[in-house]
Amino acid sequence: MDAITGAWDWLAASANWAGEKGVWHRLGEHVYLSAMCLAISCLIALPVALYLGHIGKGGALAVNISNVGRAVPTFAVLVLLTLSPLGTAGDWPTITALVLFAVPPLLTNAYVGMREADRDVVEAARGMGMSGPQLLLRVELPLAYPLIMTGLRSAGVQVVATATLAALAGGGGLGRIITAGFGNYNTPQVVAGAVLVAVLALLVEGLLVLTDRAFDPMRRGRGRVRKSRTAADDAAPAGSPA
Amino acid sequence: MSAQSCLEANDWICGEYVRTRGQELLDATVQHVGITLVSVVIGLLIAFPLALTARRWRAAAGPVLGLTTILYTVPSLAMFALLTPVFGVSAAVVVTGLVLYSLTILVRNILAGLESVPREVREAARGMGYGPVRLLFGVELPLALPALTAGLRIATVSTVAMTTIGAVVGYGGLGNLISSGMEGFFKAEVLTASVLCVLLAVVADVLLIGLQRLLTPWTRAQARARSRARRERRAAGRTAKKAVA
Repeated sequence: MDAITGAWDWLAASANWAGEKGVWHRLGEHVYLSAMCLAISCLIALPVALYLGHIGKGGALAVNISNVGRAVPTFAVLVLLTLSPLGTAGDWPTITALVLFAVPPLLTNAYVGMREADRDVVEAARGMGMSGPQLLLRVELPLAYPLIMTGLRSAGVQVVATATLAALAGGGGLGRIITAGFGNYNTPQVVAGAVLVAVLALLVEGLLVLTDRAFDPMRRGRGRVRKSRTAADDAAPAGSPA
Repeated sequence: MSAQSCLEANDWICGEYVRTRGQELLDATVQHVGITLVSVVIGLLIAFPLALTARRWRAAAGPVLGLTTILYTVPSLAMFALLTPVFGVSAAVVVTGLVLYSLTILVRNILAGLESVPREVREAARGMGYGPVRLLFGVELPLALPALTAGLRIATVSTVAMTTIGAVVGYGGLGNLISSGMEGFFKAEVLTASVLCVLLAVVADVLLIGLQRLLTPWTRAQARARSRARRERRAAGRTAKKAVA
């Protein structure tokens, strides 16, 4: 119990929140790294997945990328990139590594969502004379929305979790509070850092759930959407905690 | 001289490193395999009763699945950090963290596997006088094996990868080498350990696929029967065509 009261004292001390190594600065770094990487990953993964899903090719590719991603230790990639020539480029080794790990769940989920869009509806829309882009944007995308958002959620949580590891390779973010605590044998600080990270991860998860609801293109047909979403949620999470 | 130069030049790929530090690599690999194996086995031992409970009492399913999912969102560095006050700096911290992560995947997959057993099969077994225990181990579990091993494969592969984070408390197997290689800017050490880690994951995956094939011989018999039927149909089609010609 000492650790918990110690962690509370650590969090309550305002000195720990200010300055270059303070919580606010680390939190800012963490959010910046996560948001930057999630945005880049979406820009890379979603267009590719939507296009491949639309033309119905590359399924094996999407699944394999996601499986290989699991086997590669994030920590190793972070260190490898830090030691590579990219290592001198500030945050870029971290961002690159995070993007590499966020793309697979986004890609796989969006692809599967596009493929699982009700074929009858798609055929009917095609029969009504919709062009390829119209079909993609007005029919397949809304139908694939729940699964795409599930992918975004697992990618988002994974990115926040993985950004913690950047600290192991000397990058910024909340993980630094934990690694610094380990370095000084300061257990209260370690626990306080862990609590901060866990709370942030849960907050991001909650925020993404709200975003999901707010942009749901089929709010009126909520019953159906919710059913398909729970089916998607029941599948094992796409990523791995980093 | 030339053999020594790759260490001096700090190349990414260095045979000399592997030769001179073979023992260190072996020790780290053994630690890595040990931590992974213990974590997955304990995870399986805990996940199985949890899945059974969730199946038996519907009310328990929500909390069990919800709790394991929340655990999954806790970043591994934070998880290990939270467990250090409990266990001190020891391998138990890493193993416990990895067990908690594996539960999410294992419970879901065991549950899905058990629920995929056709109701008629269950009824038939019950009609033949199978008790609940014999039904579970003799009928349901074997039929759930494909889903179960699918989950086991995911859990094992991600556990191999995550073990590296254990380096933060000094029990990360190959992660220890990656960590020390980073501090010393020793490229060969980092790359060799990383590659070994991925290889370990691949080998574990292949072994589990093999295990599944051994344990479920009937799925292969079915596949063989299907392909034989296909061949025969095709042959029949050919003769028919010839007859028409």
